[in-house]
Amino acid sequence: MSPWRVIVAAILLLLRGGRRGPAPQQPLDPRERRVPFNGRAELLVAALLMLGGLAGLGFALVYLLAPGGETQWLGLAVGVALALIAAALIVAGKAVVPQEIAVEERSELIDEQAEQEVPELLAEGVQGVTRRRLLARAAGVAGIGVGAALVAPAASLGPNVAQRIDATPWRRGVRVVDERGRAILADDVPFGTFVTGFPEGASLRDLASPIVIVRLPPSTIHLPDGRAQAAWAPEGLLAYSKICTHAGCAIALYRYPSFRATQPRPALVCPCHYSTFDPARGADVIFGPAGRPLPQLPLAIDPGTRELRANGGYSGSIGPAWLEVKRGGA
Amino acid sequence: MTPEPGRDTVRWIDERAGASPALKAALRYVFPEHWSFMLGEIALYAFLVLIGTGTFLALFFQSSTADTTYHGSYAPLFGERMSLAYDSTLRLSQDVPAGLLMRQTHHWAALVFVAAIVAHLLRVFFTAAFRKPRDITWAIGVTLLMLAVLEGFLGYSMPDDLLSGMGLAIAYGVAMSIPVVGANVAFLAWGGEFPGGHQFTTRLLTLHVFLLPALIATLIALHLAGVIRNHHTQFPGPGRTERNVVGTPAWPAYALRSLGLLAATAAVLFLLGGLVQINPIWQWGPYEPYLATNGAQPDWYLGWLIGGLRIMPPLEIHFAGLTWIPNPFWGGAAFPLVVFGLLYAIPWLDRRLTGDRSRHELLDRPRDNPQRTALGMAFFSWVALVFFAGSADRILIRFGIPYELQIWFARAAVFVVPVIAYLVTLRICRELQRSDAHPLRGWSGRRVRRTPAGGFAVVEASATAAGDDVSQQPWTSSDSAGERLMRGRRS
Repeated sequence: MSPWRVIVAAILLLLRGGRRGPAPQQPLDPRERRVPFNGRAELLVAALLMLGGLAGLGFALVYLLAPGGETQWLGLAVGVALALIAAALIVAGKAVVPQEIAVEERSELIDEQAEQEVPELLAEGVQGVTRRRLLARAAGVAGIGVGAALVAPAASLGPNVAQRIDATPWRRGVRVVDERGRAILADDVPFGTFVTGFPEGASLRDLASPIVIVRLPPSTIHLPDGRAQAAWAPEGLLAYSKICTHAGCAIALYRYPSFRATQPRPALVCPCHYSTFDPARGADVIFGPAGRPLPQLPLAIDPGTRELRANGGYSGSIGPAWLEVKRGGA
Repeated sequence: MTPEPGRDTVRWIDERAGASPALKAALRYVFPEHWSFMLGEIALYAFLVLIGTGTFLALFFQSSTADTTYHGSYAPLFGERMSLAYDSTLRLSQDVPAGLLMRQTHHWAALVFVAAIVAHLLRVFFTAAFRKPRDITWAIGVTLLMLAVLEGFLGYSMPDDLLSGMGLAIAYGVAMSIPVVGANVAFLAWGGEFPGGHQFTTRLLTLHVFLLPALIATLIALHLAGVIRNHHTQFPGPGRTERNVVGTPAWPAYALRSLGLLAATAAVLFLLGGLVQINPIWQWGPYEPYLATNGAQPDWYLGWLIGGLRIMPPLEIHFAGLTWIPNPFWGGAAFPLVVFGLLYAIPWLDRRLTGDRSRHELLDRPRDNPQRTALGMAFFSWVALVFFAGSADRILIRFGIPYELQIWFARAAVFVVPVIAYLVTLRICRELQRSDAHPLRGWSGRRVRRTPAGGFAVVEASATAAGDDVSQQPWTSSDSAGERLMRGRRS
């Protein structure tokens, strides 16, 4: 026998309570009742129950003596207590109490007479009512009206979409800061890694706030038409919304080519569903499910302080797509 | 005449409720026995553990996004700014005695709850227990699965740690992707734009702790009422007919064994909760919308949805400057709608395909209806494949297999694997039908004997069977009854 067959057979043996091979043939009337008179099993059950009780007391003891959170000992104590009680109950159910196979007849479900009487009773209930259709329609009107009154407050659950989704804190001249509010300088962004930035003074929890900033060699950058490199990517610095245009996760991975043969281009990757964007080409989608590029934020470098500032708003709507999402050029 | 024990109690109840006929029926209620009939019971018992541990957690958890500074005993996060939700979950895990045991047991119980429901559903499907008169019970069960998945998702969304926030971000993205009304739906659910505020966490709590558990408990009651009304189904066997039920009466043997199963389920869950760490939120850190981590996986029962979202190519429907169908809709909404739609439709589809509208109390074995079994395998293998595609990032991290390659493989395999599963299953069923032997039990081959002359002769089937206590049974209804041997199946 192959090991696999042995394992399967062993599992089967366990599941089937030790019976092996085809079940013995039974008479057509399967009813039977056996009274076990099994003193040893009774003792075993009693022992298991008492041990279970002890383990349960052990839980209380661990709890009282080690209040520092002995999770493992607590779990072990209560788990073992329950396991012993389970064993006791199963032994009792299988070897201590009478074992009986009984036969119960099923209900026929259908009662012809009652089935006939129900519609009759229903019909009798409207005997003598002359304007049935009028009343039914009036009841319908009442139901619709009250239903509308009950459903309408659901609108209080949230605001109307309107323009709120497209409102962003980014304007021309807004300083780019890190999560502690310190200004990000152009020289803080090296090749090969990304920096997360926020608009100065805005909430970090606003989906429109976070951007990823990367630096690429200017000669490798090919932005879509209408985005002049000087106005959108000074010194090869590119900023994109950090919120994935697929399902709204943060773009937390930056694949930077360390081995040209397998990772030909730098890419921003969302760890949720691996939407992959090409930062050199306006964050075009090069793999994964995202339906549109990441919106780009034009950057400017303050000539005096070298601080990064927004040079305008995003090139399109940020975040997951919806009916009126502005796709932006790509 | 000596009074029977308990007589006074029964009289006391009877004088008020007249309940002894019902009690008598309950004590004599017959349960047919088979190990696979326990799967639903395990789900029920996991639910009880969920209610118990969840009540404990609710006494400590604060569902609020209000800012606070952590001063609990977990040193690495000491002094960090975080939401009250995250702070209170840390405290109930690290500082409340037995708190971590309860939280981990609650989480494990949720995983087992859904797993047991799915296993139960597969058992019911492959033995065709969903047929009349149990089609309503089936529909309630499918609804329960849906609610259990939702309830679990809301549960692990509540602590406001990094993983729960990422899950909610995706849920928001999927809500937004509902054609035309998506943004409105998302704004209604979150009370504004993601990540929402106090309103949203209050809603999570109300849904997870009050509304959904009440709904699930009600539907479980209806599901069980359906089971009790019609009794369990049973496998064919000696003396078993379409109009009776053969098995162990509730009192005492079955009640004891079932209570034993309750204790065993709780034992496993508490042992897991005590000994096997799950969702150590202090390692993930608090969530902010600008944070995400690689290799993050949701609880297992959401794996098929993350898989659906991942393998979908970047297809969106644009027209007249509007985005009619954003991409997350396919994997996050359309896919589960199709799966649950098909699950709901199974009793009806089965009636259409088999033309069989009669009442069934005896189960089919999977091989008895190869078409149903093979179609089911195609369907479930399809879902399972998408499920495994959801773990592509883990495979990338663990084995370095390129992500793109895996996804392209999965995109092709979702079309190929169900066909293969269908054909292979069909073949196996037909083969089993032909030999009609249990695949893991008894004799399924032919015995040959060497003759004195040196040749080989097949020993006749009846001779083979003689020692195995096998005989032809009157309840078999086979087209090849003559050559088919059906073994008595006690359970």
